[in-house]
Amino acid sequence: MKKQIIYKIKSNRCLAKDVFLLTLVGDVDFAPQPGQFVNIKIEDFFLRRPISICSCTNSSLNLIYKVIGNGTKKLSQMLPNQELNLLCGLGHGFDLKPAIGKIVLVGGGVGAAPLFFLAEKLKEAGANFIAVLGWQNANSIFYLREFSSLCPVFVATNTGEAGQKGFVTDILKTMAYDYYFACGPLTMLKAIHKCGKPGQLSLEERMGCGFGICLACCCNSTKGNKLVCTRGPVFFSNELIFD
Amino acid sequence: MGKLSVMLGNWQLENPVIPASGTFGWGYEFAEWFDINILGSISLKGTTLKPCAGNPTPRIAECRNGILNSIGLQNPGVDAVISNEIPQLRKKFNKKIIANIAGTNLEEYVQVATLFDTVDVVALLEINVSCPNVKRSGMTFGTSPESVSNICHNIKNAVKKPVYMKLSPNVTNIVEIAKAAETAGADGLVLVNTFSGMAIDPATGKPVISTKLGGFSGPAIKPIALRIVYQVYEHVKIPIIGSGGIVCADDVIEFISAGATAVQIGAQNLVDPFVCPNIVKKLPQKMDQYKIKSLSEIIGRSHL
Repeated sequence: MKKQIIYKIKSNRCLAKDVFLLTLVGDVDFAPQPGQFVNIKIEDFFLRRPISICSCTNSSLNLIYKVIGNGTKKLSQMLPNQELNLLCGLGHGFDLKPAIGKIVLVGGGVGAAPLFFLAEKLKEAGANFIAVLGWQNANSIFYLREFSSLCPVFVATNTGEAGQKGFVTDILKTMAYDYYFACGPLTMLKAIHKCGKPGQLSLEERMGCGFGICLACCCNSTKGNKLVCTRGPVFFSNELIFD
Repeated sequence: MGKLSVMLGNWQLENPVIPASGTFGWGYEFAEWFDINILGSISLKGTTLKPCAGNPTPRIAECRNGILNSIGLQNPGVDAVISNEIPQLRKKFNKKIIANIAGTNLEEYVQVATLFDTVDVVALLEINVSCPNVKRSGMTFGTSPESVSNICHNIKNAVKKPVYMKLSPNVTNIVEIAKAAETAGADGLVLVNTFSGMAIDPATGKPVISTKLGGFSGPAIKPIALRIVYQVYEHVKIPIIGSGGIVCADDVIEFISAGATAVQIGAQNLVDPFVCPNIVKKLPQKMDQYKIKSLSEIIGRSHL
């Protein structure tokens, strides 16, 4: 359900290098699904900033975001008790139904955030799953303990400072699994997509509105151009075409 | 007639608030946010004869107080719009609508216009001779009085519904082009489409959007669009639909004072899906505050 909601900031703290956890309080009555996102109005910036949902309760929303440009920088400077205007319930999230057998959640960097919400739901459903999370270096790691409370976690870092040195795909190669859910940088998603296994991938694209109107965020699918904001951000592996 | 009511030719609108083409999808998408029957009308996404995939991404860039876009007229083609999109909109919207017509050559414009001319709920045909984002088309048709006149004349000869020319501001003398459209039989004008613009990534020096140049819109263009409506109003008798950076009821009153009969709201729909209904609700209060009895009596009052 799409809804505009004004939330109050409870906390907005740095979790890792350039990565923040924003906790908002207010009614969460839009039935959020893992993989869905909200679009946040930030003062002095024309376009909203789309951020995926990391976890929620009936009265609070956790969003993890990375400071990339001036808009997210401004967001990182917002203080408790300040208000934010969010468009909620945007996008199609992860579909848990087709996931059978051994499931692996593959996250790269801040892409791990929506997978945490998914992990909570998979745990509730009693699914057999693990997480493979990749980071640039030890400073960029977040939510490791939280993931570990839900499932076995395997870590890769580019520098080798934590976990295995290399990429998430290096770990995946050594594993047997039946289905995957992935979110992270495009190069990571392409590499995972290439493996040919069935799964779902959450894409990121520069967005205008976030609710299917401006047609800015299209991607290539087997059925032609599809919008990342409404058909996605989560796509089935067999409907995506990467160049 | 109600205090918000305006006439575009013989078409009476309950209020002058119309979401602009390309910023409101096919209309029904917004029914998820609010009851869209509060709107005066809706201008549909620009439609071509055949399905059009649009431009490569990135298609959008944020700028101060506005956005640069280069969508490239992505649309499913006129047949699909008439058989799928308009019937879906009809389930949610009970007023007449505006078809926005685009093309890459004169024949295509005439064909698309002729097809929309047969659709009952289409009140008028808005001819997009001003899209800055499509090669060999769009804006190139709108940058000389001769070509606007030619396209307008040919469409007028082929259709029964009123024809409104949506003009580009990217010209030396828009008054000459507006006059040429009126002389060629245009029933009205939509002023204006987006401004040709550019955004560059300072870190790489590369243009941000794939087509390098795009169309700039949003609050930043309002004073320029308002000036154009004001200037053109002095030289034409046909109704003007004003558009450019409108975000609130005051903006609407300014455009109508400058000479617009109705207005279109564009970029703001993308960041505030409630902007149009909020304007419709706010207008009567603002009119009371300024002692305006009806919108139709203040059209062009800035010229007095």
